[in-house]
Amino acid sequence: MTLLGSEALDADGELLGRLRSGDEDAFVALVDHYQPSMLRLAWSMVGSRAVAEEVVQDTWMGVVRGIERFEGRSSLKTWLFRILVNRARSSVSRELHNAPFESARTVDPARFDADGHWADPVDQWAEEVDARLDSSALTQVVADALQGLPPRQRQVVLLRDVEGLSSEEACQVLGLTQGNQRILLHRARARLRQEVETELWRSQRC
Amino acid sequence: MLSLRGKDLVCQQAVELVTAYLEGALSGKDRRRFERHLSACANCAEYLEQIRSTIRLSGAVQADELTPEAREELVRLYRRWRSG
Repeated sequence: MTLLGSEALDADGELLGRLRSGDEDAFVALVDHYQPSMLRLAWSMVGSRAVAEEVVQDTWMGVVRGIERFEGRSSLKTWLFRILVNRARSSVSRELHNAPFESARTVDPARFDADGHWADPVDQWAEEVDARLDSSALTQVVADALQGLPPRQRQVVLLRDVEGLSSEEACQVLGLTQGNQRILLHRARARLRQEVETELWRSQRC
Repeated sequence: MLSLRGKDLVCQQAVELVTAYLEGALSGKDRRRFERHLSACANCAEYLEQIRSTIRLSGAVQADELTPEAREELVRLYRRWRSG
């Protein structure tokens, strides 16, 4: 006979011991059990599934690192969700105050004035390029520029834009979260766009 | 929640949101803010179109235009995908 609640506490105690001793099955069981509700909570806080997935993944990393220091003053569940909420909060403030606005600068900062507006009008070339899609000169520029990208960016853009895989498929192939896949894709596309623009400037000057 | 509390986007922020926008990953609020900026800013609207054109250019790249390294990389990734 156990009093209400103490059963869960005992289970916690046993689980804790196994987690501390590095029992992988125990960790998998913990993830299976809490992942759905953690994802829901994180999602409700950060407003995007991709970011929520990152927050949850980040939380598990925190759990792995912190399990030694967990003193069992609160239940395991409370501790887990406290970590999750803290990560979600700092992720929101990071998105608000830094990325993607300040840290991720994929366009040369010199092209903007002090207020963050374009310093000079953006050259209009998108339409012209669309009309030239079947000429190989510009696709070759992109193909060559792919080689200059960092490996992860190249892999993402190869799968997504060259091969036309969905983001889910690309994440599966590369073992990436949606959020990280998107960041890599964003950087890669911005680099390729710049290479195309540089080529257009060069060819128009000649 | 990912919004700057109603503040308007400036161009330097807007260009960093294009991929999230195209991927449908912005919250409804942020998407509306981004679209509001674009409808008022021809420069950022053109930037978005240039990104779209660049994506189309990537899609038009033929296998024989890829460097041998990039081609091998693709083959390796597909192999890993199939075996995984």
